[in-house]
Amino acid sequence: MSETSAGVEIRQLHKRFKGGDHDAVDGVDLSIRDGELLVLLGPSGCGKTTLLRMIAGLEHPSAGEIYIAGRRVDQDVPPRARGIAMVFQSYALYPHRTVSGNIAFPLEAAHLPRAVIAEKVRWAAELFGIAGYLDRYPRQLSGGERQRVALCRAVVRDPQVFLLDEPLANLDAKLRNTARDELKRFQRQIKRTTVYVTHDQVEAMGLGDRIAVMDRGKVRQVGTPHEVYEDPVDTFVATFLGQPPMNLVEQPGGGGRTLLGFRPEHLLPSDHFGDREPLHPIPLIVRRVEYLGSDRYVYGTVEFAPDATVIAKLPANIGRAIPEEEGGRLDFAVPERALCHFDAQTGARVRR
Amino acid sequence: MKFADREDLLGAAMLGPALAYVILLVGVPFVLAIMLSFSSATAGSLTLTWVGFHNYSTILADPIFLRALRNTAIVTIGSQVLVIVLATAAAQVFRAAFHGKRAARFVLLLPWAVPVSLAAIAWTWIFDSTFSVINWTLRVTGLLHGWLYWLGEPGLALFAIIIVQAWRIFPFATVIVLAGLSSIPQDVVEASIVDGAGFWRRLFKVELPLLLPVIAVAVLFGVVYTATDLGVVYILTGGGPANTTHVLPTLAFQRGVLGADLGQGAAIAVFLVPFLIVVAVLMLRVARRTEVGAGGIGAR
Ligand SMILES: Nc1ncnc2c1ncn2[C@@H]1O[C@H](COP(=O)(O)OP(=O)(O)OP(=O)(O)O)[C@@H](O)[C@H]1O
Ligand SMILES: [Mg+2]
Repeated sequence: MSETSAGVEIRQLHKRFKGGDHDAVDGVDLSIRDGELLVLLGPSGCGKTTLLRMIAGLEHPSAGEIYIAGRRVDQDVPPRARGIAMVFQSYALYPHRTVSGNIAFPLEAAHLPRAVIAEKVRWAAELFGIAGYLDRYPRQLSGGERQRVALCRAVVRDPQVFLLDEPLANLDAKLRNTARDELKRFQRQIKRTTVYVTHDQVEAMGLGDRIAVMDRGKVRQVGTPHEVYEDPVDTFVATFLGQPPMNLVEQPGGGGRTLLGFRPEHLLPSDHFGDREPLHPIPLIVRRVEYLGSDRYVYGTVEFAPDATVIAKLPANIGRAIPEEEGGRLDFAVPERALCHFDAQTGARVRR
Repeated sequence: MKFADREDLLGAAMLGPALAYVILLVGVPFVLAIMLSFSSATAGSLTLTWVGFHNYSTILADPIFLRALRNTAIVTIGSQVLVIVLATAAAQVFRAAFHGKRAARFVLLLPWAVPVSLAAIAWTWIFDSTFSVINWTLRVTGLLHGWLYWLGEPGLALFAIIIVQAWRIFPFATVIVLAGLSSIPQDVVEASIVDGAGFWRRLFKVELPLLLPVIAVAVLFGVVYTATDLGVVYILTGGGPANTTHVLPTLAFQRGVLGADLGQGAAIAVFLVPFLIVVAVLMLRVARRTEVGAGGIGAR
C-alpha cells in the first residue's frame, strides 16, 4: 500500500437537480483532512448522498469546486481517475460474480497481472475475515458478509479517499455495533481519508473524528463529536443530536427573543449540585415519568414557558425520592455553564 | 356456493378457451402433420397409406433438402447473431436521452407491426436487380464499382434473407433488451464506474452477463420465429435461384402443397421440431441457471 493519503476540499458546492425547485446541496464548504474520518450526518433528504456522489463523480455539481489531494476534480476527472472507492448503501455487489470475482473487479479494470490480483484478493478477504466465502455468490451471503465484501472491493483499490454511504444501514442492531467497531479499527489501521454518510447519530458520534451536521443542503456545523454535542451553533444541531434532544424554552423576561437550551442530562435536582456551582433554576411541573432501567425520563413543563415540553434525564442513582405523580412541582436546576442561548427568530446561537 | 367461489369450476371455465385454442389450432394440425409424415398421402386424395420412415429416408437423400436444412441453420443463426448485436447497440442508444426519443422508439417498433408479406415485398424492391436502393447508394458514394445481384446469387440471396429476418426480429429484441437494462440495479452499474470499468468492460462484464436470461428468451423467440418462417424466403427468392435458397418451410410448402406430395411435405416440416425443442430447453436452462445460480436480475 502506498503511504500517501489526501484530504478533500469542497468549496461553495451547489447541486440542483433538473426540474428541482431548490438546491439539494446548497453552498457547502468543507475541508476534510488527510486521514480523518468525517461523518456527514443529517436527516433524510438533506443532501448527504448527493454530496457524496458529487465527490465520487457520479453526479455533476451545478456550481462549486472539489479538490482531492489538491487536484481539482469536479470538471473533467471521471470517477475512476479520482482515487476514490465507494461503498454503496445497498453494497451494489455484482450478482453474477463470486465474492472473489467481485473483489477482483476493480483490479481487473486496472489491468493488474493475475498473480497480483489473486494475492490482493486474498489479502483483503483475510483482512475482513471472509476468506472462506471466496467462491460464493453474493446472494448466498448474509447482510454482514455482503457488507464486508463491499468493503474488500473498496480497499483493494488502495484509494486515497473512501466514500461510504450508510454502509451499516441494512444490518440489524447487534451486527451494526460489531461492524462499527471493526470499521473504526480498520480505518485507524489504514489511516485513509474517509467520508462516512449516516443519519444515525449514535453511529456518527461513535465513528467520527469530526462530524458535519447537514440540514436542507447546508452544512450547519463541523466539529468533533464533543463540540457538536456540547457546543451546537444553532437550534437545529442542538435538537438533532442527543437522545432525547436538547430542551428549548423561552428565556423568562427575554420578551420571547431568546431561547434557553439545555441537555436533559444537565437538568437535575438543585440539591444534587455543589454549593459553589452557579445554577439556573428550572422549576419543573411533572407530567409523567418514564422508567428505562438505567435512566428515568421526567417529562414536564416549566412555569415561565408552559407550552414547551421539557425532559430531564436522571441516572437511576439520582433523585430517587422525587414524587412521580402528575402535577408535582420539582425543584430542578441547570448549571450555568451547561446553558446555551439561541436567537428565537433565526435559531442561531447567541454567545455572551 | 356461488359459481365465482368455486375455484375448480372457475379455473376450468377460464382455462377452457385457451385449451380449446391450443388443441384445435395447434395440437390437431401438429399431430396430423406427424401422421402425414409417415404416410404417402397426396393433396388429391386423403387415403392414408403407412409408409413408415420412407418419407424421411427420401428427404435425407435429397441434396435440395440437405441444402434447405443448411440454409435454415445459417439464416437462423446468422440473423440471431445480427439481432443480438444490433439490439444491444440500439438499446444503448435508446437509453441515452435525446430529442425525439419517443418518435424514434415508435419508428423502431414499426417493422414489428408491418405484416411479413408486405415487408418482404418492399424488400424485394430494395434488392431488385435493376432498382436496388442499396446498389445505387453504394455506387453514388463510390463504394461499389460492379453490380450486386442480391437475389440472383445464392450467397448474396442468403445474406439478403438474413438481413430481412434480422430486421424483422430486431425491434422486439431491442425492446426486450431495453427492459432488461432498466431492470439492472443502477447502483451496480455505478459501482462498476467507480471501480474503473470503461464502456466496454461495463458492457461485457456487467451488463451483458446480467442481461443473459433476458437475451436468452429473446433469442429463443427469434430462433423459433425465423426457423419456422415461410413468408420472407417465399416472397424474396421463392427458394431460387435453382432451389439454392430454400429453407425448410418453403421446401415443405413446395413439395407438400405445390407438388402435392403431402407426406414428404409433412416430413420436411416436422423434421425441425426435435431441434427446436432442444434449442428451447437449452435456452430456458440458460435463463434459469443464470437466475438461480448467480442470482441474476430475478433473484435480487
Ligand atoms: N436524481 C435525483 N433527481 C431529483 N432529485 C433528487 C435526486 N436525487 C436526490 N434528489 C433530491 O435531493 C435531495 C437530497 O437527496 P439525498 O439523496 O442526497 O438525501 P440524503 O441526505 O442522502 O437522504 P437519505 O438519508 O434519505 O439517504 C432530496 O430532496 C431528494 O429528493
Ligand atoms: Mg442517502
